[in-house]
Amino acid sequence: MLKVENINVYYGQIHAIKDVSFEVKPGEIVSLIGANGAGKSTILKTISGLLRSKTGHITFKGEDISKTEAYKLVPKGLAHVPEGRRIFLQMTVKENLEMGAYTKGEDMEKDIESVYSHFPRLKERQNQIAGTLSGGEQQMLAMGRAMMSHPDLLILDEPSMGLAPILVQGIFDIIKEFHKMGTTILLVEQNAEMALSIADRAYVLESGRIVLTGTGAELKASDAIKKAYLGGA
Amino acid sequence: MSFLSNFISGLSLGSIYALIALGYTMVYGIAKMLNFAHGDVIMVGAFTVIVVVNSLGLPGVVGILASVLICVLMGVTIERIAYKPLRSSPPLSVLITAIGVSYFLQSLALLIFGSTQKSFPKVFTVAPVHLGELTIKGESIETLAVTTVIMVGLTLFINKTKMGKAMRAVSEDREAAELMGISVNRTITVTFAIGSALAAVAGLFFGATYGFIGPYSGAMPGIKAFVAAVFGGIGSIPGAMLGGILLGIIENLAKAYISTELSDAIVFGVLVLVLLVKPTGLLGKKINEKV
Ligand SMILES: Nc1ncnc2c1ncn2[C@@H]1O[C@H](COP(=O)(O)OP(=O)(O)O)[C@@H](O)[C@H]1O
Ligand SMILES: [Mg+2]
Repeated sequence: MLKVENINVYYGQIHAIKDVSFEVKPGEIVSLIGANGAGKSTILKTISGLLRSKTGHITFKGEDISKTEAYKLVPKGLAHVPEGRRIFLQMTVKENLEMGAYTKGEDMEKDIESVYSHFPRLKERQNQIAGTLSGGEQQMLAMGRAMMSHPDLLILDEPSMGLAPILVQGIFDIIKEFHKMGTTILLVEQNAEMALSIADRAYVLESGRIVLTGTGAELKASDAIKKAYLGGA
Repeated sequence: MSFLSNFISGLSLGSIYALIALGYTMVYGIAKMLNFAHGDVIMVGAFTVIVVVNSLGLPGVVGILASVLICVLMGVTIERIAYKPLRSSPPLSVLITAIGVSYFLQSLALLIFGSTQKSFPKVFTVAPVHLGELTIKGESIETLAVTTVIMVGLTLFINKTKMGKAMRAVSEDREAAELMGISVNRTITVTFAIGSALAAVAGLFFGATYGFIGPYSGAMPGIKAFVAAVFGGIGSIPGAMLGGILLGIIENLAKAYISTELSDAIVFGVLVLVLLVKPTGLLGKKINEKV
């Protein structure tokens, strides 16, 4: 589905991503975990065309997308829920969902209803300005908005950030639901515990480099991971 | 003249400012730049009408259509050539470029048309309306009628159409809009096209109201419209409409009851006062700090 080969990304002089390669196969849930500042968001932005790698290739469904403009990737089947949700705060809930289907056009009402079936709260608030939603509702909206384009690959950047534990569980349940519907998922999290429990495979990122990889269960059991990301024990 | 007729000509002048201010505010909201060459588009539009109607002898309608077409093409071309390469440059570079474009257009007009003002043709004639004591000028009626239709149309476009919503999305969060599949470049092009078309229409009414056009005729209405946009809250479409209309009314009343010479000083003084009390302008929203 997605193949990242040997990318190097810079912010001016700062070398943020160093020789990173990884792969997401069709139907998988793959997690990328790492501390704050490790480079997780930078990798995701490079995949979706907001940043460019100086080297290597990114292939999506067999096509080289390393130089493709960001807005052209949505119709190809890639959706990216950015860190901090980035919903359009001054637009209504429904308008936000419409923007998610910007490149699609047909069956909009049906897709909106389908998002509402996953998130009944959003339906109750459909004509409300998105800025008035709570943090959890905003995350639901960001995820629903991304699903409006029927992506083959859904990229999620820290969906649990800033949410109460009870809401985090809800968000992960929804990720599983989307996955069951046939969506491949690339999940970035600081919440390693949750991310590893739903991942088929995971990669651990440290200072811009991938330092460890394995199945979700393997990494969860590994001592190094326990120490660094799962609070000792 | 009675208060009411002063008020109505102020309203009409203000709606011309509002048309120009809309271009300023939309470009600011979506492309995040101050297009200081925007006022000169009015001048180019008005000269186009003069050439088509006076020199070529074609009907006024052709002049209007040609003026809108040329301004749109020019606005879009300026954006492509001068502003697009600076998309990720510091705002100051873009501002200086815009001022450069403004001088360029003025000098070009000076070369082609010379420095003496040209008389603006009577494109259409609307008979003045008499309501008892009150007389409303034909120009005021046509200006108010057309600008009302344009403002209602633009509001519907922005709020109801797919392109309009995409413009709002880009103005709020460019990166997130791109992640929705919206082409930011195309959206900016459309914004410049709309702003320039509005400026062409404004040029038409401006020419009809003042009767003469020279190479620098766009500068003052351009600055006033910028003031109107800031007054209403830059980036806000209803703000530009309100700001423009209020500015026109204040200017005309100041001319009638205080002093013609001081009217501009009063207009700018009001702006300073409003910004002291409400720095974001009348309808401006607080600018979200990006994290
Ligand atoms: N816009 C930027 N300009 C300069 N440096 C940046 C920028 N964004 C991120 N960085 C730096 O790149 C590194 C990786 O950041 P990021 O990808 O956001 O990490 P993560 O998502 O894992 O927390 C950090 O050291 C961060 O300071
Ligand atoms: Mg991050």
